[in-house]
Amino acid sequence: MSRLQVVSGKGGTGKTTVAAALALALATEGKRTLLVEVEGRQGIAQLFETDALPYEERKIAVASGGGEVYALAIDPELALLDYLQMFYKLGSAGRALKKLGAIDFATTVAPGLRDVLLTGKACEAVRRKDRAGRFVYDYVVMDAPPTGRITRFLNVNDEVAGLAKIGPIHNQAQAVMRVLKSPETEVHLVSLLEEMPVQETADGIAELRTAGLPVGRVIVNMVRPQVLDAADLELLRTVPRTAVAKSLSAAGLGGARRGGHAEKLVDPLLAQAEEYAERYELEHEQRAVLTDLGLPLHELPLLAEGMDLAGLYELATELRKQGMS
Amino acid sequence: MSPDPAEATHTDQGGARRRLSHARVLDVDPLLDDPEVRIVVCCGSGGVGKTTTAAALGLRAAERGRKVVVLTIDPARRLAQSMGIDSLDNVPRRVKGIDDAAGGELHAMMLDMKRTFDEIVEGHADRERADAILNNPFYQSLSAGFAGTQEYMAMEKLGQLRARDEWDLIVVDTPPSRSALDFLDAPKRLGSFLDGKLIRVLLAPAKVGGRAGMKFLNVGMSMMTGALGKLLGGQLLKDVQTFVAAMDSMFGGFRTRADATYKLLQAPGTAFLVVAAPERDALREAAYFVERLAAEKMPLVGLVLNRVHGSGADRLSADRALGAAENLEERGIVDQEDGKAGLRNSPDTHGSSTSSTDPAAPVTSAPDGGSPAATENEESTARADRADLDKERSVDRLTTGLLRLHAERMQLLSREQRTRGRFIARHPEVAVVEVAALPGDVHDLEGLRNIGDRLAAHRAELPEPDAEA
Repeated sequence: MSRLQVVSGKGGTGKTTVAAALALALATEGKRTLLVEVEGRQGIAQLFETDALPYEERKIAVASGGGEVYALAIDPELALLDYLQMFYKLGSAGRALKKLGAIDFATTVAPGLRDVLLTGKACEAVRRKDRAGRFVYDYVVMDAPPTGRITRFLNVNDEVAGLAKIGPIHNQAQAVMRVLKSPETEVHLVSLLEEMPVQETADGIAELRTAGLPVGRVIVNMVRPQVLDAADLELLRTVPRTAVAKSLSAAGLGGARRGGHAEKLVDPLLAQAEEYAERYELEHEQRAVLTDLGLPLHELPLLAEGMDLAGLYELATELRKQGMS
Repeated sequence: MSPDPAEATHTDQGGARRRLSHARVLDVDPLLDDPEVRIVVCCGSGGVGKTTTAAALGLRAAERGRKVVVLTIDPARRLAQSMGIDSLDNVPRRVKGIDDAAGGELHAMMLDMKRTFDEIVEGHADRERADAILNNPFYQSLSAGFAGTQEYMAMEKLGQLRARDEWDLIVVDTPPSRSALDFLDAPKRLGSFLDGKLIRVLLAPAKVGGRAGMKFLNVGMSMMTGALGKLLGGQLLKDVQTFVAAMDSMFGGFRTRADATYKLLQAPGTAFLVVAAPERDALREAAYFVERLAAEKMPLVGLVLNRVHGSGADRLSADRALGAAENLEERGIVDQEDGKAGLRNSPDTHGSSTSSTDPAAPVTSAPDGGSPAATENEESTARADRADLDKERSVDRLTTGLLRLHAERMQLLSREQRTRGRFIARHPEVAVVEVAALPGDVHDLEGLRNIGDRLAAHRAELPEPDAEA
């Protein structure tokens, strides 16, 4: 399992949830993981039901078997000052740059530089060792930008290395790219069993491959339970309304005669089943498209009660069961 | 000042609906028909159907007689797919196949960031200077690559389209930004950058060559350029400096236009729609949008709540549906244990015994196909019974599925209801229109038209919590 796990996906597919569940899943048997947020939305804090995360690595969860999950919400401005301090010993000059508006420029006006800092910080955490020479984090999981931007985001250092042909920025950018393009890194894409997310996943994989970035797995999120099977759906097409009405009546839902309580339920219930059948068909097709991508495919269930902390642990267990950690 | 269409709807609706729906109902047709409304901006977090909503609104407005252009900024070519256009480039293309009986037209375009940026440069600098900028490596990266330029260019393009005055309605789909309103912040950021000292530092060395005296360039500044040089590498710093120097003459224009577009967005001819799905995250983002728009004095007309689930049988609760499903399953088990004996009296006895769980709706009907009478030929009867039993069991199995499906739907529905309720409690002033979830994706104009109809139907998909009482 690679040490840097990058999780991307189309907006609305739940990539933050999957990233968090993966961080939990990887933190088993005394392992320590760092969950990194780069988009400044405080989605991790909301998932773990804690206060907004500051720009510091702090423990947010304990996994089964004594593992620990740390989280870090990267603030680009602080990361830049951090970076200047760490690599160039430009502490006071850094503050002066801030006065000039250079930090604002770097972190907002030229957001590409922001991406340099974000990826740089994550790679630093991957490489960081303690005094005994052991890695501080066994795994770093990044809740990355959406599929449409992921390749450019990860590749920004290539671009920077091309722009700054010498100097510390050049060297730093190259060091980051070495980590990102090595087997140390895996980029996972989160999808849903719907057309657009599946299409974006396929496009995203092609882009990542073209850029030479290591593609990991596809995780299908929010998979709805199968309620009606193929035999049911077959019967659905031929079943007489009266038979369903009788069955509903037998279930204790009122009269099966025309106008009876059970009879009145038949049409809306059959309409819902038709919708289910249509979706079932579509999901089937989309699953086939994803399978054809030739990557390991994982499926996470839709949680009926909505997403909460307990649900997150449930998804982590599921990922572990499916061999993702 | 144009009248607020949502406000008008609000009073037109009458008491009944408002009692039913605590939220004000947003009526999109008066909004689309209002000639005073020239720009509709759809904003919202990713994956909530923003692009589709923008396209559906554009199509509906066009078929109601307006000359519309839809500007999409999303790099995924989704709008193109649903409008049947193969390539959307930086030029508005006429969409074919719309109903133009009312005299309307629909055009669509997708923002090409780099092209837009290049066009600005070409339009505002002389040939030689433009070439110098276009060939500058720093410029090439900035215009093509770096995220965020999108927001500036979206603003720029919107300003251009509005200035051309060829369309009477522009529908804009905003970039799927990291932070919701990056595109609103763009002009301000650009402004603070352009007014900032950094520019002067960057410009200083480039100007040195052309000026005799450089006394104004004090020691502090040269230290800064030194630090920048150390950081960026001398060659990149030079590229940046050349770029900034070359762009210097254009900055004023940039700024003026960005400010103008910002003011345009605040003007009464603009209508902001926040798009969301009835999910916690999406509505949290939506609330943030609503608050930001208010703070920026941008005219919000309402919330489009996509993918809302309803049910034609919403009086049957999830619990009762699950209970009934269990009754049917029990019946199946009893049948298996009792064999034929179970069949003889199953529909009646089970029907009446289980109906005790539901005193409000007692079973009144005796099933038509009651127990088979005793016959001379026992063997064939037994065979027929078994066939009947199998058929009945598989119908029961299907019905159990229908009930479980319904229970799932009702759980989803009440979750959506709670999420929506929280948003409305926080922002009761926001008019809402709900769009029912579709089982499949939208591929074509027909699909978009269907969504447009749903947008305009202004009926509440979700039953209100008190509607049943």
